[in-house]
Amino acid sequence: MGSINLVGVSKSFGDVLVIPSVDLEVNEGEFVVFVGPSGSGKSTLLRLIAGLEEVSKGRIEFNGQDMTNLAPAKRGLAMVFQSYALYPHMSVRENIGFPLKMASMPKSEIAAKVQEAAKILNLSEYLERKPRQLSGGQRQRVAIGRAIVRQPKAFLFDEPLSNLDAALRINMRLEIMELHQQLKTTMIYVTHDQVEAMTMADKIVVLDHGNIEQVGSPLDLYRAPDNLFVAGFIGAPRMNFLDGGEASRYNATTIGVRPEHVQISKSSGLWTGKVGVSEHLGSDTFLHVNVEGQQAPLTVRTDGEVQLNYGETIYLSPEEDKIHKFDNNGKAIR
Amino acid sequence: MKLRVLSDYPAIVVLLIWMLGPLIATIYYSLIRYNLLNPRIKGFAGIENYEFLLTDFVFTDSIYNSIQLLGSIIGITVVLGLLISYLLDQDLYGGRLLQLVIISPFFVMPTVSALIWKNLLMHPVNGYFTYLLGLFGLPPIDWFADIPLGSIIIIVSWNWLPFAVLVFITAQQSMSLEIKEASKMDGAGHLAFFFQIYLPHLGKAIGAVVMIQMIFHLNIFAEIFTTTTGGPGTQTTNLAFLVYRKALLDFDIGGASAGGIISIVFANIVAIFLLRMIAKNMNSD
Amino acid sequence: MKSNRVLLSILGWVIGFIIFFPILWMVMASLKTEIDAVATPPSFFFTPTLENYFVVQNRSNYLNYAWNSIVISVFATLLAILIAVPASYSFAFRPTKRTKFKLVWILSTKMMPPVGVLIPMYLFYKNMGLLDTHLGLILIYTLMNLPIVIWVLYTYFKDIPQEILEAAQMECDGLLKIFLYILLPLSKSAIFSTSLLSIVLIWNESFWSLNLTAFEAAPLTAFISSYSSPEGLFWAKLSAASTLAILPIMFLGWVTQKQMVKGLTLGAVK
Repeated sequence: MGSINLVGVSKSFGDVLVIPSVDLEVNEGEFVVFVGPSGSGKSTLLRLIAGLEEVSKGRIEFNGQDMTNLAPAKRGLAMVFQSYALYPHMSVRENIGFPLKMASMPKSEIAAKVQEAAKILNLSEYLERKPRQLSGGQRQRVAIGRAIVRQPKAFLFDEPLSNLDAALRINMRLEIMELHQQLKTTMIYVTHDQVEAMTMADKIVVLDHGNIEQVGSPLDLYRAPDNLFVAGFIGAPRMNFLDGGEASRYNATTIGVRPEHVQISKSSGLWTGKVGVSEHLGSDTFLHVNVEGQQAPLTVRTDGEVQLNYGETIYLSPEEDKIHKFDNNGKAIR
Repeated sequence: MKLRVLSDYPAIVVLLIWMLGPLIATIYYSLIRYNLLNPRIKGFAGIENYEFLLTDFVFTDSIYNSIQLLGSIIGITVVLGLLISYLLDQDLYGGRLLQLVIISPFFVMPTVSALIWKNLLMHPVNGYFTYLLGLFGLPPIDWFADIPLGSIIIIVSWNWLPFAVLVFITAQQSMSLEIKEASKMDGAGHLAFFFQIYLPHLGKAIGAVVMIQMIFHLNIFAEIFTTTTGGPGTQTTNLAFLVYRKALLDFDIGGASAGGIISIVFANIVAIFLLRMIAKNMNSD
Repeated sequence: MKSNRVLLSILGWVIGFIIFFPILWMVMASLKTEIDAVATPPSFFFTPTLENYFVVQNRSNYLNYAWNSIVISVFATLLAILIAVPASYSFAFRPTKRTKFKLVWILSTKMMPPVGVLIPMYLFYKNMGLLDTHLGLILIYTLMNLPIVIWVLYTYFKDIPQEILEAAQMECDGLLKIFLYILLPLSKSAIFSTSLLSIVLIWNESFWSLNLTAFEAAPLTAFISSYSSPEGLFWAKLSAASTLAILPIMFLGWVTQKQMVKGLTLGAVK
């Protein structure tokens, strides 16, 4: 029981309109990721759903019921914050049990639920500690534990991994995905990191300037971005864009081709260029190639073992069926 | 909205009453003839009280004394405060304890500091200073007769030097270690560092110390009350003491109120600058 | 470098000794007999006696004045905290466009020189029978310290991360619960140290206490000044009384030095 429906939701702070109008459906049990650059309104949208901000216009429905004006605590949602927002004066046990205490659950029941959550999250040994005695990853787990015990209708995550170091982030990412598989509860997850979005989401919502640019599964967005913004935002390294003569050859204002969809050759190809800096990752090598007639260098993914020298002339050919075409409004031509 | 009525309104309302009530009353009293001893003196006085006050030599003396007190105390505390806080910043042995020792005078109540200075240190016969002077073969100084205002300046400066030190220490803590290290790499010695980096960094703090002391020291009272009671003559009568004397010794309410209004005007001129600085600081949060 | 540090340390401690000397000398005098206290040359070595401390209490009812100081500073502080907590809370967590203006205005009331409003307050207190009463001083000190207390609490509240309160909002139904379970426990120490600051400031205040009290409600500041009259010229006893009056508060002052800066500079220095 956790479908969420936004109908014509808009939000302004004073005179500043941050979210013009958003319609969105989140289905029961789905893992939805809001992704976009900072200032795209993704966090605001999440906070509107949580009830931490008041909706200026429009409706928010849970399971078809209007919840627009309900107090945050009454919405039955749990939120995990960027800074974890653990209560510093409470032990781990008290932190996790706090929402249950607020719901006036009997003490014995609270204890049992806290035990259970702690076991799932490997926190059993730390129950008596204060948040400041925990590592970043452990704090994150406590925050998640506090969310789990409420058995919420949906989980809201506001950039929960951005304060962790790289290795731990990948770990926690997997743990959250595992959790979703076990609980099958609706989750809405906000991030600016498109890798997190691609790896975790059932459905990605790409936002920019408070507008939804595209909604779809990770692969949908990768294969068929609706516009230049989504094309540039999803995929790493970024898609290469070419305009001018190269684009008009395809009857488009701009064409885009992903680094992994360009072939290189030392003898012949569609475009001629000089090798710039190259990044060797071992598994792959990313070459930055200065193509004649293009201002920005093109990024090309090649085999990890390729050895090319700085300044060497090479030839590039895009895979024709993987070229994305855009009109002069930046919309995809299909 | 309901919440706000229950939260910040009580504070604002009581402060509004506290500020406006006495202010309006003081203005009113300053415009009437009012003497507690002589009920026959009454009626609207217009600017008579002010005229009388402004032409009174005691008043001009008191203004002069007030300015001398303010200027000297602020000068002494700021200069010594800067030097001492710079010294305390140098990672001394027992530095934290030393800091406590140095700020201690700030917590001595003004009446106590006035009396221990007057009796134990500055007494022309048995005072410790007299003994010290004697060691060098110098004649004793009758501090409160020979340099009465200077003595009060010394006492209040001793009381308030720790305040300047405390503020400067707080301000210098916001200077990053990296800046200090960078300046050392650039070859800055103590003197260059003090003038080129330390002083500019503390600019704001110095401004605050000056303005806050201006407002507080307008009310120097207890030190005068317990040592010289304004004398000899009018030599240590400042504005605050004059108002007290007019009101509670001469019972001339009208004249005292006029003096009060003048001190309010002066404080407000300073307060405008100080408040502007505070408001600016809030914006940078 | 090392010898440099030693030299600077010696310099620092010499300065510290000079600054602290009046206090030290006073404490020493309080332990002398009256004859030793006025001895020339001054005696550094003497047989300490606690006699003065007993005499001070017997002769002048010292405890009475100390009790006045305690009652006045504690109750004025409690009252100020009670008014200030909700105000600071709303300034910190429910800021509006006018919050900044209100805060600055509240501070501006602190800049009114007491001497400017002495006359009406004196006359008003006289008419209301508040002269020389605990209540009279408590009211004045509450109002006098309110801006500082609001300001210091506000800066503390602002340091509580917004996200913690939002988390509480997601979990607690109603403001009262958030206040009781989250905010109050989190700001306990802030409220406590702000209270200490307020007590220190009131304890040492000597403009209003000298002008508005005589005997009944006179706190220690006024009591000490009675030693300035010639009949009270007993230096050792004066020193004993002074030591008793300042030592406890000096200790509180050491503990609250950070709040002191915050409170007295009214946020102009961070």
